[in-house]
Amino acid sequence: MKKVFHVMYDDDDKLLVAARELVGKGIHVNEVYSPFPIHGIDPVIGIKRTRLAITSFMYAMTGLTLAVSFMWYTMISDWPMNIGGKPSFSLLENLPAFIPVSFEFSVLCAAHGMVITYLLRNGTFPGMPATNPDPRTTDNMFVMEITTDSNSMNAEELETAIKNTALFELSIKESK
Amino acid sequence: MQRESAIREPLILGHKTYKDITDDVVGPIMGPASLGWKIMITISSIIAIYGVGSILYLISTGIGAWGLNKTVGWAWDITNFVWWVGIGHAGTLISAVLLLFRQKWRMAINRSAEAMTIFAVIMAAVFPGIHMGRIWLAYYVFPLPNQFGSLWVNFNSPLLWDVFAISTYFSVSLVFWYVGLIPDFATIRDRMVKPLPKKIYGILSFGWSGRAKHWNRFEELSLVLAGIATPLVFSVHSIVSMDFATSVIPGWHTTIFPPYFVSGAVFSGFAMVQTLLLVMRKAYKLEDYIHIKHVEYMNIVIIVTGSIVGVAYLTELFISWYSGVEYESYAFINRFSGPYSMAYWTMMTCNVISPQLFWFKKIRRSFVATFVLSIVVNIGMWFERYVIIVTSLHRDYLPSSWGEFIPTATDVGVFLGTIGIFLTLFLSFTRFFPVLALNELKTILKSSGESYRNEQAK
Repeated sequence: MKKVFHVMYDDDDKLLVAARELVGKGIHVNEVYSPFPIHGIDPVIGIKRTRLAITSFMYAMTGLTLAVSFMWYTMISDWPMNIGGKPSFSLLENLPAFIPVSFEFSVLCAAHGMVITYLLRNGTFPGMPATNPDPRTTDNMFVMEITTDSNSMNAEELETAIKNTALFELSIKESK
Repeated sequence: MQRESAIREPLILGHKTYKDITDDVVGPIMGPASLGWKIMITISSIIAIYGVGSILYLISTGIGAWGLNKTVGWAWDITNFVWWVGIGHAGTLISAVLLLFRQKWRMAINRSAEAMTIFAVIMAAVFPGIHMGRIWLAYYVFPLPNQFGSLWVNFNSPLLWDVFAISTYFSVSLVFWYVGLIPDFATIRDRMVKPLPKKIYGILSFGWSGRAKHWNRFEELSLVLAGIATPLVFSVHSIVSMDFATSVIPGWHTTIFPPYFVSGAVFSGFAMVQTLLLVMRKAYKLEDYIHIKHVEYMNIVIIVTGSIVGVAYLTELFISWYSGVEYESYAFINRFSGPYSMAYWTMMTCNVISPQLFWFKKIRRSFVATFVLSIVVNIGMWFERYVIIVTSLHRDYLPSSWGEFIPTATDVGVFLGTIGIFLTLFLSFTRFFPVLALNELKTILKSSGESYRNEQAK
């Protein structure tokens, strides 16, 4: 049996101060729910920088490779044509004409690949149920989630520590 | 927390809290539709239906229903295509380029400007499609296997580059826009009381819950998408200009085209943003979020891009003489003194002279003047494309093939129809979508909101 504390603040700065205070006491903050990104919260509650940008680069390189090899196959290898005397018999000579499509296709793959990865990693898809603990967290409230099972302190100690911060509301639930 | 200089004008006026921002934007969506909105959507739907009718007539009759002939093979259709694509550019510029430059004023206008982009690009895509004549064979523009058709598509052709550019631009703008909408749909979902709309917004919000890690990814994603959308937006109109510039038609065969088209696109796009937003801010009572400072910033962009366009016009003119190529100089003499000189001088007046009025602070900071001038610029930019396309084509190398283009009722009907469809889509957007980027506006409330700033000053 663990206890889940949902500590609500009515201001992002109050939450940030409170999170620093609690983490300073050695308390682990599981999650923060907010209506907009709170700048500076990530290092406090131990969130590392996302690697999403790296995946976008990888998708872009995949797109580039696909586009260039496809254009090489259709225009150079499979059916070379003399179009207005423009070079079409070697990839290198024809490459300048391939730049626009290579670029567009790289961007297409980078953007869509990255967005799909983002949705997959977040677990957000059409029809997924909302999991924020309180509907006000998408409006003007900021909630910090702290559980007993990820902390060495017992419920009473946690509660006193939490109540010392400038909180707006506290809800305690029990769950398995 | 970020702080701003006290002399900088606040971006959010009045005493606003986070809750007020939500209420101001979500309130109109939850309430019943206003009478003004109903009247406007009725009018625009009627125009849209007329446009759809014209398009169906065009497709069933053939391209001859337009005023095209063997000399002027491109006229209103491609003019409208370039005009619509150009309008789209402002949205991406606001959401991507201004994000990279960390311009906070974009947050009040990016959502609706990007919606405008998406609808404008849809309207643009209609034109090359119906211009094909046999639209049911439109899939031939995609690289299909050789056995399917006669040959592969030609990757050396700017027209094919355009297929890739426009489809990439459209789909990337759409996902960029939607990713930003997800958290705001979640806000509406959590406010909505009626079960069916709540369910719909629940599906649209993808189960967004606003976890810290998700916001961390969200910000990274926005930044990278902005980073790749920036070169994309420049490439799209450059490629559109290459449809003309890589041909050997005097008046088209010009190296100045890509930068000149890109700044023209931004110029016309900002004018359209002004036209739409000046009405929207009144109708939805968003005066505290989109106010005169935002309008002034946009007018400054209009001066800069309008001046680039003006310089490009004059450069073109000078080079046509200086090059010593008689075909090139004739094309330009014909532009300003030939049968289409009216269009040329309309373009010059609307695009070169009118934006210069924004140097006056009184005009730059006036809603009425801005609204009037934005419409003038919209008209001027349509004429620019018309001048480039029709005047360059109608007098061929051989005087025996000289011809003229006279628009038919179908030309007018299809063009007006796309305006109708565009307005219908935009009005539906303002009714059902969060018209301001809630999650972004809330991040600047403390640094750029008027009341917070006054408190800090004390």
